Amino acid sequence: MVMVPAVLVGLAMLLPIAYLAIRGAGATTEAWELLFRVRTLQIIGRTTLLVVVVTGFSILLAVPLAWLTSRTDLPFRRVWSVLTAMPLVVPTFVGAFLFISVLGPRGVLQQALEPLGVDRLPAIYGLPGAALVLILLSYPYILLTVKGAFQGLDPALEESARTLGHGRMSTAFRVTLPQLRPAIISGSLLVALYTLSDFGAVSLMRFPTFTWVIYQQYQTAFDRSIAGVLSLALVGMALAIVLIDSYTRGRIRYHRTGSGASRKAEVVRLGRWRWPALAFAGFVVVMALGIPAGVLLHWLVRGLLVGEPLLLLWSATVNSLVVSGAAAFVAAVCSIPVAVMVVRHPGRLSNVIERMSFTGFALPGIVVALALVFFAVNYARPVYQTAWLLVFAYVVLFLPAAMGATRAALLKVSPSLEDAARGLGRGPLQTMRTVTAPLIVPGILMGAALVFLIAMKELPATLILGPLGFKTLATAVWSASTEAFFAQAAAPALLLIVISSLPMAFLVTRDFGESTSSGSDYS
Amino acid sequence: MRTFWKEVLLCSLGALALVATVACGSQSESTKPAPTTRPAPTPEPQIVEVASDPGSLVVYSGRSESLVGPIIEQFREATGIDVSTKYGSTGEIAATILEEGGNSPADVFFAQDPGGLGAVAQAGMLNVLSGDIAGLVPGWAQSPTGLWVGISGRARTLVYNTDRLSEDDLPASIFDLTDPKWKSRLGWAPTNGSFQAMVTAMRVLWGEEKTIEWLEGIKANEPGIYPKNTPQVAAAAAGEIDIGLVNHYYLHRFLQEEGDAFGARNYHPTAGGPGSLVLVAGAGILKTSQNQENAEKFLKFMLSKVGQQYFAGQTYEYPLVEGVKTNRLLTPIDEIDKPDVDMADLADLEGTQRLLRELGILE
Repeated sequence: MVMVPAVLVGLAMLLPIAYLAIRGAGATTEAWELLFRVRTLQIIGRTTLLVVVVTGFSILLAVPLAWLTSRTDLPFRRVWSVLTAMPLVVPTFVGAFLFISVLGPRGVLQQALEPLGVDRLPAIYGLPGAALVLILLSYPYILLTVKGAFQGLDPALEESARTLGHGRMSTAFRVTLPQLRPAIISGSLLVALYTLSDFGAVSLMRFPTFTWVIYQQYQTAFDRSIAGVLSLALVGMALAIVLIDSYTRGRIRYHRTGSGASRKAEVVRLGRWRWPALAFAGFVVVMALGIPAGVLLHWLVRGLLVGEPLLLLWSATVNSLVVSGAAAFVAAVCSIPVAVMVVRHPGRLSNVIERMSFTGFALPGIVVALALVFFAVNYARPVYQTAWLLVFAYVVLFLPAAMGATRAALLKVSPSLEDAARGLGRGPLQTMRTVTAPLIVPGILMGAALVFLIAMKELPATLILGPLGFKTLATAVWSASTEAFFAQAAAPALLLIVISSLPMAFLVTRDFGESTSSGSDYS
Repeated sequence: MRTFWKEVLLCSLGALALVATVACGSQSESTKPAPTTRPAPTPEPQIVEVASDPGSLVVYSGRSESLVGPIIEQFREATGIDVSTKYGSTGEIAATILEEGGNSPADVFFAQDPGGLGAVAQAGMLNVLSGDIAGLVPGWAQSPTGLWVGISGRARTLVYNTDRLSEDDLPASIFDLTDPKWKSRLGWAPTNGSFQAMVTAMRVLWGEEKTIEWLEGIKANEPGIYPKNTPQVAAAAAGEIDIGLVNHYYLHRFLQEEGDAFGARNYHPTAGGPGSLVLVAGAGILKTSQNQENAEKFLKFMLSKVGQQYFAGQTYEYPLVEGVKTNRLLTPIDEIDKPDVDMADLADLEGTQRLLRELGILE
């Protein structure tokens, strides 16, 4: 029943790989030689190192933040909820530039420290800088997925653990964390794959990864075959990561098996820990959001003072919102059949579909965009250079972000609920609509929010596939910043952050966790 | 609570879908060439050139909108031609055109550097330009086969930190940067198209051996590796590096943003050679274009006095057409000891990239 849509979604996800196979087949021996040299191993090693460091530190930042902003009485909890998610919309190509201008060897921080005799800060280039930017701008992938999981967590388990004599720490590590595992893993997978695909941070921070080498082929060698071969190797790396992920996942059940209902968890009182907690959240937000936004404001004010005109960005704003919103909606809808198939009907086919769906996320945007240019121009001319194709591209690129959250939510729903509904005479679609969907709504919304935020900042596919004359906030930022029009870049960049925070604020302030309690109606 | 949420969700999703449909509909609508429904241009005949139906034109631009958007707008106003644009980096746009092949909607390819034009020309996708366009631009600044012309010139230069260095400290020839005294004080951007064009010019002017000597010498000085020009100029001003190898016009963008206190200036090596190479941004017309006439108008407009003055005044580039004055902030092009290299001599980009890879400068 869910197979047909799931397979269709899976096929769409296969397009980039099909394209790469076509390009790779046309490659000369030089391309293959380029791939099979010692240096490639070094590049793979470097890329792997970056992926491990970024993913590890992102977990360390994201999980405590998710807990603080979901479960505790942290002062201004909802404000922090919104702010901690926002770094996700800062594009790395501008984010890295901003970090260098503040934390670079002779950046703003050094100037502030100069009276103390600091002549030069240690260079942040290389692994530390690339990792720093990627951690700060992509930890929200884990944060949001884990927050979605917290909403659906059954507090009864923790309470049982406490009554059985486990302390707070022991309960957290032996009961809560294992429950969060699927969400942490799927969020980490997103961070890892995003790190693989990023070009902005690694190029400005001078840490040549695989994607960096691929971009170089497009930017200066104009060789699509070599880029195709290299991208296929990148797909290989991505699949390896996805396999590790499914291995660590295991086959544990996460839903409750007994009767009874999950409730909303009690708020944890932080007591005197609230100040360190506040300092931690504040530090992360200042680093990840304060630094970029601060420099942008500085650029903007400086520009206004010398009389730079403020451009009207109305149409770019509307375009950004519409295509990103549409992509979030379509991706969320598409994620449901795939997640249901993977969770409820595990098997070889569902494995293949799920793994394939992740490759788009790991590929540099330019590769996916060119793949869709190729297919649309040759086989779907009417949609070429329409917003439809752009939304489709976003879905191919970002479906995994929606998938992870939906899947993690679905894992918590006991199939017995669905069985009961079927037994009471509801059809499969009706069961899906009236039983399963309401239970996983928080997960789906989190997934949609994630897709929305990353689509807002997407650049290469937007440039290549957008309709003629199509502008978004991200393209406006790029257009200005790439030629050092800093004041002109600041306005759309700040707007990008502010506008994207609105839907986040909506999600957070409504505290949609409550809807999980509706499970009680059916059990 | 649950029903409330379902309603909120359904309403918002419904609204979203509706907005998306409307927006997408109007988007695809506007991309269709529909000259019959286009409102007639303003009745007052302000500009003589406006034809009754000026038609349309699709420009794929590898130069960013901040740079060329205003002059394209002026072209639209002057001719009434309905111009649509696609912006991206030159690499992205070239790859897109190559991928589109015979189905490309593009009429004109406006590129930041000759490399991108060369790639599209090599695929046989550019038309030979008429003599009255090619004749506007000096021979060195265009394709040897007449497939594209330079629109504006950009000089290779050294950008240096003014706190640490004055012009007298700077070497006469770029070759002298291999001196160990510049260790850890240099910056370069080996992946940048203009940088690679300069290395190609070195191979032409100096020969393979001396080029390798220079590359290895600079590499031994452990330069900072930047992805492109902008961050290099910023780094030179901040004192992160003392000298960067860049194109000239980024500095003037920074001066405009940050004022004269900005801590870096340009220097053109007095002994000339490849360090004083002048490159071009250029444009060509696609063979598949349905609007050849408008495309020619576009190129002519960019090479007109208005167009050239725009590039000289607004983007701080060198005009390529006789009789248009260089921006007074720039070193006049006659004072730059420009080497005798044609754009045609810079064709062997592949050889340069192979060399850079062999030396471990490119990955």
